[in-house]
Amino acid sequence: MTVAEFAKKYSLEVLSLPAPEREIKGGYMGDLLSWVMGRAKADQAWITIMSNQNIIAVATLIDFACIILAEDVRLEENLIETAKTKGVNILTTKLPAFEVACEICQEIK
Amino acid sequence: MSESLTFHFDVNGEDFTSAGQASVRFKKNMRELGVDPEIIRRASIAMYEGEINMVIHAHGGVADVEVSEDAIKIVLKDQGPGIPDIAKAMQEGYSTAPDNIRSLGFGAGMGLPNMKRYTDEMQIESTVGVGTTVTMKINLN
Repeated sequence: MTVAEFAKKYSLEVLSLPAPEREIKGGYMGDLLSWVMGRAKADQAWITIMSNQNIIAVATLIDFACIILAEDVRLEENLIETAKTKGVNILTTKLPAFEVACEICQEIK
Repeated sequence: MSESLTFHFDVNGEDFTSAGQASVRFKKNMRELGVDPEIIRRASIAMYEGEINMVIHAHGGVADVEVSEDAIKIVLKDQGPGIPDIAKAMQEGYSTAPDNIRSLGFGAGMGLPNMKRYTDEMQIESTVGVGTTVTMKINLN
């Protein structure tokens, strides 16, 4: 399922979607950035509550399909612009991280 | 590629939130060279961890990258406080990062272990009060 399709189906709010056709091939959940970088894989959707600029660098380096900000975490406007220029998809949802993970699971089983 | 290509990056230690710029530029450079994506991923994550370390602990530093026919060599050099016990610093979970850095999601004690994990060779030379040089090599074949 693509990032755009996932956002639509589960009503996530789109903050940045420069690459809507990217395929979500799995998920990773975590907030400790080095831990995430040590374990996560390319093309996963990364669920986090971190909202500083470093998440954009991490997503770029790991090559995540998208970042999903859980628990209604917001991103500053300038960071949204940065994400768009760097080609990083970012969605946000009011749901807790666990519930978003469940939704991803349903789609990639 | 018959001869080596070199890239130099200054890592600004003033602004933590923009840390990672050198690694992201490095990743772009490697893509342009047509390096295998998985190798780029490993090398750029290792470099990012090193870059973050230099910003957190050493007020920045410099990164020099050499791409030859068979390997990418990354040398990170800073004039920070040095690492008193390298073996301890290499342990997963051990960190001396301050609280404000932890609140940004770093300081998990995974930086150096990740650098080792993602590279084929890694050497740390460090002198307390003088600085640290980390040399990493990623094989291309």
